Amino acid sequence: MTSFLGGILVVLLASVLGGLVRVFRGPGAADRLMAAQLFGTAAVAMLLILSQVMAMPALLDVAMVFALLAAVTLVAFVALSARGRPQ
Amino acid sequence: MTPLELIAGALIALGAVFFIAGTVGVLRFPDIFCRLHALTKADGLGLGLVALGVGLLAASPGAVVRIALVWFFVVVASATCSHLIARHALERARRERS
Amino acid sequence: MIDTMVIFDLLLAVAVVALAVASMTTRDMFAAIVLFVVFGLLSALAWVRLSAPDVALAEAAIGTGVTGALLLRTLHHVQTVERKAAPEPLPVPMGVQIANAAFCGLLTLGLAAAFAGAPRGGPGFDLLVADAMSISGVDHPVTAVLLNFRAYDTLMEVVVLLAAVIAVWQIERGLSDAPAPALGEVWQGFARLTLPAIVVVGTYLLWVGSSAPGGAFQGGAVLAAVGLLLLLSRLYVPRPSHRGAARVAFVLGTGAFAAVALLVTGGGRMPFEYPLEHAKTLILLIEGLVTISIAVTLAALFHGREPVALPERAAGTGGRDDA
Repeated sequence: MTSFLGGILVVLLASVLGGLVRVFRGPGAADRLMAAQLFGTAAVAMLLILSQVMAMPALLDVAMVFALLAAVTLVAFVALSARGRPQ
Repeated sequence: MTPLELIAGALIALGAVFFIAGTVGVLRFPDIFCRLHALTKADGLGLGLVALGVGLLAASPGAVVRIALVWFFVVVASATCSHLIARHALERARRERS
Repeated sequence: MIDTMVIFDLLLAVAVVALAVASMTTRDMFAAIVLFVVFGLLSALAWVRLSAPDVALAEAAIGTGVTGALLLRTLHHVQTVERKAAPEPLPVPMGVQIANAAFCGLLTLGLAAAFAGAPRGGPGFDLLVADAMSISGVDHPVTAVLLNFRAYDTLMEVVVLLAAVIAVWQIERGLSDAPAPALGEVWQGFARLTLPAIVVVGTYLLWVGSSAPGGAFQGGAVLAAVGLLLLLSRLYVPRPSHRGAARVAFVLGTGAFAAVALLVTGGGRMPFEYPLEHAKTLILLIEGLVTISIAVTLAALFHGREPVALPERAAGTGGRDDA
């Protein structure tokens, strides 16, 4: 089972790393940020699997922190760009 | 491998498929709204299936509750973020047109 | 068959280094920030794989909750200032560049020397810590080390934050009169649901720190994210009258930490040598107050200025519109 879950982890990580191409390609700032957003969700998924593989329930707390704070960077982006608009 | 592990493994693998689909969508879809659509599939379904699978394997009821809460908050954050991005993109498009 | 976890670790290691390089070499500042945020996510995963969940928690809280927003705000500030005033940046003199390069080179050499000179393959401090756990007052080795065995070091880390916020308040002053950004009703529902949950989780991390991964820095960083969200959405707007309370919160952690260290001294005890029967209480007291300090200080650093009315400047520029 561990080896199978390890394979899933490799697939997940490789997949979202590929998604980072969007960060370079853009074109807009929101497009770039979206790739990070996807990466954050995948990191949560990987942490859930890792908590099982490594038998470390504390990793669920790490996943919880990721889940709760996932929106902060994006809210900062939207709020700041709404504010800096020339009148 | 017990039947439970088999089911959990299948769910987690299916979840990973949604993550791949989400990545492909973010890379290949033509505009930001289509890409949002791809992103939310990975957030909601992909993580949901992985959480379900890991929840089946989890040792304690407390862990199951925490896994469920993690999924719940990711979905709430994902929905809010998608909404904010879409609003942002719409306003931007409107500003550029005027 | 090769263990798939080894492949995962290798991929993770390569990705961490690749992202560090990419975020430093990208010309687009926004892309660099996004890459840095992803770098933070990856390094949290790397800490997990190194069986260091405490560090992973801190990295998760700081990386996702504070760093990204702080960098975006800095970029926004730089861009609005450049757009308004746009003084031509002076070229850095060659001498300064060479001095900087030499200093960095020396630092790297020193680190390399320290690394090469460190004892390798030894047992480390695991045994020493395990032996002393019974007199530490807590059940979690990391907390025992941070708050008891090397509490001096932790006190200095809290002082660094205090010094940073003092410096920021010296440099930047002013009130922000920007209207609240229209984030919509979905955001309000999200804030009502999530902000209390973040407070609960932050407090939980502080509490659980005595027996499991967690503690003051992790809890404080998570709570700071609440402050960031409140400031960003302008659900909370700093006013000059709030400065007193803010100052108290800034020094609370450092003050309590130092006071406890000094008060337990005497009767043959060193500073930080807590009497065993009160050790857990004292550690939790310090951690609780340090958590408040860290949360308020990080949020204040994000706000980035002392909230004082500056009539002469406000009249000239028509107020400030950045954060």
